[in-house]
Amino acid sequence: MIRFLLRRIAHAAFLLVGVSVLAFLFSTLAPGNYFDDMRLNPQISAERLNALRAEYQVDRPMVMRYARWARALLHGDLGFSFAYNTPVAPLLWTRARNTLLLTGTAMVLVWMLAVPLGVWSAERLGRPADVALSWATGVLLIVPDLALALGLLVLAVRSGWLPTGGMVSVGFEGFSAAHKIEDVASHIVLPVIVLVASALPVLLRHVRAAVAEALEAPFLRAATAHGISRMRLLYRYALPAAAHPLIALFGFSLGTLLSGSLLVEVVMSWPGLGPFLLEAILARDLYVVIGGVLLSTLFLVAGNFVADLLLYWADPRIRAEGTGR
Amino acid sequence: MVKGYAGRGLVSRPPGFTAVDSISFSILPGTTLALVGESGSGKSSVALCVACLERATSGQIWFEGRDVAALGEKELRAVRPSLQLVFQDPANSLNPRWTVREIVGEPLLVQGGISRGDRDARTAQMLERVGLDAEYLERRAGELSGGQRQRVAIARALILEPKLLILDEVLSALDCSIQAQIANLLVELQRALGLAYLFITHDLKMAAHLADEIAVMSRGKIVDQGPTEKILQDARNPATQSLLGATLIGRESVDAVRE
Repeated sequence: MIRFLLRRIAHAAFLLVGVSVLAFLFSTLAPGNYFDDMRLNPQISAERLNALRAEYQVDRPMVMRYARWARALLHGDLGFSFAYNTPVAPLLWTRARNTLLLTGTAMVLVWMLAVPLGVWSAERLGRPADVALSWATGVLLIVPDLALALGLLVLAVRSGWLPTGGMVSVGFEGFSAAHKIEDVASHIVLPVIVLVASALPVLLRHVRAAVAEALEAPFLRAATAHGISRMRLLYRYALPAAAHPLIALFGFSLGTLLSGSLLVEVVMSWPGLGPFLLEAILARDLYVVIGGVLLSTLFLVAGNFVADLLLYWADPRIRAEGTGR
Repeated sequence: MVKGYAGRGLVSRPPGFTAVDSISFSILPGTTLALVGESGSGKSSVALCVACLERATSGQIWFEGRDVAALGEKELRAVRPSLQLVFQDPANSLNPRWTVREIVGEPLLVQGGISRGDRDARTAQMLERVGLDAEYLERRAGELSGGQRQRVAIARALILEPKLLILDEVLSALDCSIQAQIANLLVELQRALGLAYLFITHDLKMAAHLADEIAVMSRGKIVDQGPTEKILQDARNPATQSLLGATLIGRESVDAVRE
């Protein structure tokens, strides 16, 4: 178990270092930097600009800058944002929190829907109900997220039932606690629907396929012959037998918590990481971009790590390998 | 009894396929009926229908005075313990994640109403009965040999004290020497427990060794049926002759090599 963990952690550390180097390299190779646009601004003098360039050390070789940034990172310092003129870490954290609220809600909903529906569908494979569900998820799969988001926005504008963007209403700070929750909840509905609609078909199909395959296994037929109840067969026998691909997918959905909602956030102006990073990329706000990339990678790595742990916990066969039996 | 498979979109069988067509047989307590036939002749469909794992398309399956083919799922669950099945391949008929203790005790758990202690006691007793030591209790299915796995599968089927045991090609996945061991175990268990066997196989020789009565299947129909000696001595049907021929040629060639 310890060796298994250490190997995984070493793997993750290697990946993070690699991604940070690449992020640094690519953003340096891209032409121009944050201060180049300022040259065209007549309100900023050449001396002031040179002073800024020197202060932020943008003209030093990449290796030196990377070394400095990496050393700072070890102390939890993600660098400084040129555009906001503050440290990157708190900026990223506020945005990431909003994104996590959105994607976390969507993820919980997606899994709560996909697992029972997938099992239900697998049980009646090929029958009309299953075929109908397959068609429904097929249609959801075809409709582009963007079209769905825009369609929902149009609906919200026409009907006036739901707010059409952002995360809070004007005057949010003055609301009571209950009112605050209600306000955020009403704002979150539309983006969550879009996220659920885009993730549900894929996940549901995976659950359905995995459970359907497990149901074919002779040991499940044997359990039927023992007189097992339907629910017990489906949820205590078939679902664990189908768990492998689903756990891997669960790790993946954890991993994409930060990076999976970019488009929705931009379209529905959710103040999450997506629009923030997009802005930073366009402005070449170097350390914000690298920090964002690194944070997303960290989530992917952590998601996979959690999936590995879950697999280890769920499958005694892997456990036996780990202990060297 | 008739078993047909309707042409469903997602199931990869030819549409409107009839696997078993108008067959009829009976098995008395304590006796063995062997259902013999080449692969694809519909033997396994019969096994699944008799075990009530699949529904016969039409016809009746009488068991202890009741037509089990007509029972609802609830009533069927009460009958299931008496009708147990052992599968061909013990590698995938045992849950690979579980220990032998869990596998053999599982039918009791499923049926419910039995304490953990009783369950463990009966599990150990049943393992002994099929010739496995208690040391195997904590092994997982993947750590056993083919013969040991099949013993575990038989123990699992027997723990519910069935009246009829359906043996679907239970010897075909095993080595020759192991086949003989398991066959002898089956004979022993039948004598001790008074079980009825529906022994499904493509191996007429093994069927002759174990069965009181043989039914030969070909293309979903029973083409030849009768007491074992009669079938062997007086094989009139071409399907029986070809099955018999397969074993005879085998024996002749072995003799030829010896000489």
